[in-house]
Amino acid sequence: MFRSISYFLVVVAGSLSLTVQAQDMTGLISKVKAKLDQVNDYEADGRMKTDVAFIKAPVGKVKVYYKKPNKFRLKKDGGISLLPRGGVSVNMNSIIATADFIALAAGEASVGGTKTKVVKLLPANESNDIVLTTMYIDEANLLVRKAVTTTKENGTYEIEMSYGQFSNYGLPDKVVFSFNTKDYKLPKGITLEFDDTEKELTEAEKIRNKKGRVEISYSNYVVNKGVPDSVFK
Amino acid sequence: MWTLIQIELFKIFRRPRTYIAFAAITGLIGIIQFGLKLDGDSYVEFMMRDINSSITVEGKILNGYQVCYIVLQILLVHVPLLIALVAADMISGEANMGTLRLMLTKPISRTRFLLAKFLATVAYTLLLLIWLAVMALFVNMLIFGTDDLFLMKSQYVVLLKENDIFWRYVWAFGFAALAMTTVASLGFLFSLFAENSIGPIVATMSVIIFFTILSTLNIPIFNAIKPFLFTTHMIGWKEFFDIRVNEANEAIVGSIQNPDRILRSAIVLVVHIVGFVTAAIWMFRKKDILS
Repeated sequence: MFRSISYFLVVVAGSLSLTVQAQDMTGLISKVKAKLDQVNDYEADGRMKTDVAFIKAPVGKVKVYYKKPNKFRLKKDGGISLLPRGGVSVNMNSIIATADFIALAAGEASVGGTKTKVVKLLPANESNDIVLTTMYIDEANLLVRKAVTTTKENGTYEIEMSYGQFSNYGLPDKVVFSFNTKDYKLPKGITLEFDDTEKELTEAEKIRNKKGRVEISYSNYVVNKGVPDSVFK
Repeated sequence: MWTLIQIELFKIFRRPRTYIAFAAITGLIGIIQFGLKLDGDSYVEFMMRDINSSITVEGKILNGYQVCYIVLQILLVHVPLLIALVAADMISGEANMGTLRLMLTKPISRTRFLLAKFLATVAYTLLLLIWLAVMALFVNMLIFGTDDLFLMKSQYVVLLKENDIFWRYVWAFGFAALAMTTVASLGFLFSLFAENSIGPIVATMSVIIFFTILSTLNIPIFNAIKPFLFTTHMIGWKEFFDIRVNEANEAIVGSIQNPDRILRSAIVLVVHIVGFVTAAIWMFRKKDILS
């Protein structure tokens, strides 16, 4: 009897401690959110590099627009742009703007040499496209260094951010999106390629081909100067 | 020599058959332009269905450069058939009309006579290609505008910047001229062997169709002979639209992935042209002209 009560007390204590930790993380997320909330809108120039094994594309110039609460648009200055399906629009402001979430602590980790708190964000609203976001938050500077987001429609994305001049607004200088890609192959009869120089890929190459990266280096941020809604249409 | 070429060109452009090719190119490109202008989005959607599962392609994909590439991909396989209509008629047509023997009574060497005819055929071929360039490139640039070029190859996709495309088309048309001249020289060679035009025209078309099918079939046993078929090298123009990447997988603007492959194909085609024309001259000089 005494042993059963002891077990019960241990379980209850454990649950209480988890709840306390979860509450702490909600506090941290709120602080990060408050920092990001300083930004009502911004636009920035960007240099976008697409690194996907089956894509040969030059580095392109892009323009990025954001407006509260979750309007985000990436535009290329003319030309064609190749973006991970649905991924680039997943930005920190949009994720944190979700008011209804449960934040759970998941330990600590180092991202690029910076010590971070690992927080699992679960949206309370089931209709949200985001299923789970794991954030690596630099608690000292209230900056999200890395986020791994799993969505219903577009798979899992990893977003890694480095900060510079606009870190006080929580705006990154560089964002690297990593995402999964599917195999790409078209029959040579369709593309009218007659050569037979196709080489068999090694297992390492096959794995590498399944990962894609889009790297955007931002410059010339214009913060809180107003962005017209027409930009997002 | 120039007078001889002028006479031959006059004869070529006096025949209604010559204009079939120009009309066919105009009609075919017109139909493609009409279809893509009206329902181009559906075509692009169909084209992109494979890549869209992981990548979103944003921008004006269906622009003049893209339409030109689609047109060339379709037409440059069939234009040889149109060239055969004229090239394979050059000697056999004269034989059929009974004017060949009469013409050879003039104080002109057989070699010069044949070379004049061949050069006139080349001029016709080049004019046809210039017309193709006007219709496929310039008219499409006017109708659809210009933008980056997004190309889907069998194993990867290529994105070329707008300012890195036009020069590629200039070279591609130059290469296509070499490929079409190869077809013209083959038709020209065949025209020596018959006294009516039908035989050489059909023979030239048959060789092109047969070789093209062999070049297209991706069966290992045929892969060994593909490098020896001139039809395999005729599509070398596409190499101008493949770009090199650096170690960071960034495309290098202004580069070509396999310039050596283009050079090899060009050499193969030139060797074929020289071989066919030399064989034609050699046979014609020995030939007993009875018609």
